[in-house]
Amino acid sequence: MKLSKDEVKHMALLARLGLSEDDIEKFQHQLSDILENFEILNQVDTANLPPTAQSISLENVFRPDEPYPSLPVNEVLANAPDEEDNSFKIKAVLE
Amino acid sequence: MPQRGVIAILCDVVNYETVIGLEVHSQLLTKSKMYCACSADYASALPNTHVCPVCMGMPGVLPTINQRAIEFTLMTALALNCSIPEHAKFDRKNYPYPDLMKGYQISQYDAPVGVKGYLVIDVEGKKKKIGITRLHLEEDVAKLVHRNTPEGETYSLVDINRAGMPLMEIVSEPDMSSPEEARLYLVKLRAILQYLGVSTGNMEEGSFRCDANISIRPVGTTEYLSKVEVKNMNSFRAVYRALEYEAQRQRDALASGERIVQETRGWVDDKGVTVSQRSKEYAHDYRYFPEPDLPPMAFSREMVQKIEAELPDLPEKIYDDLIAEYNLPPYDAEVLTQSKHYVAYFTTSIGLKSSMSTSDRQKRAKTISNWLLGEFTRLLNAKNVKIEEAKDKVTPENLSGLIDLVDKGTLSGPLSKTVFEEMFNSGKPAGIIVEEKGLVQISDTSEISNISDKVIAENEKAVTDYRAGKEQSLTFIIGQVMKASKGKANPAVVRQIILDKLGGK
Repeated sequence: MKLSKDEVKHMALLARLGLSEDDIEKFQHQLSDILENFEILNQVDTANLPPTAQSISLENVFRPDEPYPSLPVNEVLANAPDEEDNSFKIKAVLE
Repeated sequence: MPQRGVIAILCDVVNYETVIGLEVHSQLLTKSKMYCACSADYASALPNTHVCPVCMGMPGVLPTINQRAIEFTLMTALALNCSIPEHAKFDRKNYPYPDLMKGYQISQYDAPVGVKGYLVIDVEGKKKKIGITRLHLEEDVAKLVHRNTPEGETYSLVDINRAGMPLMEIVSEPDMSSPEEARLYLVKLRAILQYLGVSTGNMEEGSFRCDANISIRPVGTTEYLSKVEVKNMNSFRAVYRALEYEAQRQRDALASGERIVQETRGWVDDKGVTVSQRSKEYAHDYRYFPEPDLPPMAFSREMVQKIEAELPDLPEKIYDDLIAEYNLPPYDAEVLTQSKHYVAYFTTSIGLKSSMSTSDRQKRAKTISNWLLGEFTRLLNAKNVKIEEAKDKVTPENLSGLIDLVDKGTLSGPLSKTVFEEMFNSGKPAGIIVEEKGLVQISDTSEISNISDKVIAENEKAVTDYRAGKEQSLTFIIGQVMKASKGKANPAVVRQIILDKLGGK
């Protein structure tokens, strides 16, 4: 098994997911399977290849600094659970 | 000897030095946001009116890179003497917080725009280089407003307008050794950003923010003891006070045998203290990875050289020019160059006198500088106005006119300040104010002679004292004549007449 239960719990915390003990066991297997599949890719010899973060060779693709109209506020707030003063109203966020 | 005893003894004997590094975030003055084309001009806009699916963090949207933001960052990197790597890229920094719409911030991790630079500060007349570790681009977050109702409900409101604004992060080396050096660094850095025109540098409005790392160590050692990160400092004064407080707190902690904990502390301005903020400790697992939706950047040497060649004059050069061309004292040159707007005002004002001889121009330059750094600054601070706004009232032409009146002897030095304040308030030219208020200087000897006779008659004691050798009494008598003339008498003429009458030389 690639992943420990504690690692799954840590990921759940980072993703703000509440998992039951059963969930943790299930995802421990599933996520481990995924990692094991990627292990296969690790067998490819890449000694002579430079590391890359991109699969296509585009570079320097920029947008000119010109403003474009934004969405109407009613569309911005369309999915808001609740709203007030043009804003999303959410549970209190404590600093 | 037990180890604790050794430490306690060391604390009594050892002198500590302060070690400070600063992290500055500065919003860039682009027209549109960093990764989408929403307008960046949101300061006075209603909440959520500068928002699109990209800066909202909707699934499936694609960011794009604002070219101007990259240029601004390259300009700043070059102005801070950084090297520009051949390649740079964006990365995702993952953390959950309600002001971060996507759940990650598009930032730069291991391939920033600029590395290994420096800027120079002037510490009591000595130049000191402060290293710049790196400079990179990222995006600002949404604004949260916290509310309480009288019924006891507490909630937060989210305004996404600020989310996705271009934010440049500038990280210094821990090269500053006092709160004053940190302040000087910030003043210089802000001036550079303003000269470049890449940021307003306004700390109170939040477009220029600063976090600090501060630790202390025995003088002469090079190891780093536990460092403390200080946040929530919203003005230059707050940075200075917070660092001053923290440097002392750490010394006191060691002196009383405590350990300094590595932590983040928040500055509480009205109480003048820092307090521990441990709530976010678990969150430092950012899982950076390359941003798959933005192609990497390659900065050709031609491109870098072109941007470098087009950089405007920076404070260092203007400082040198002010001294070389106008013979200004280093102090005047230093303070003037701290603000692009002061320099612009000065340059326009002296530019009006281009036909003067070199020595007259240098004299005029010093007079303009005196007004700018003295009375003008005093009024700006007192009325909380910026020079950019005040210059529409006290135009360089109006100040020039005022100085001309004093030079010609039409207006006395003491009254010129009254006239200046009136110019500042009303925007009227000096000549008009002098006429309206009847402030024309009296140089007519017979009129001053009459006033002087009266003053001498009324101040027998001062006259006797002066004749007995008390020099201050002369100043007092001259002051009384000035007062009797409502400040309009020419002080030089008054002095001469009084000396004649009292039998001085």
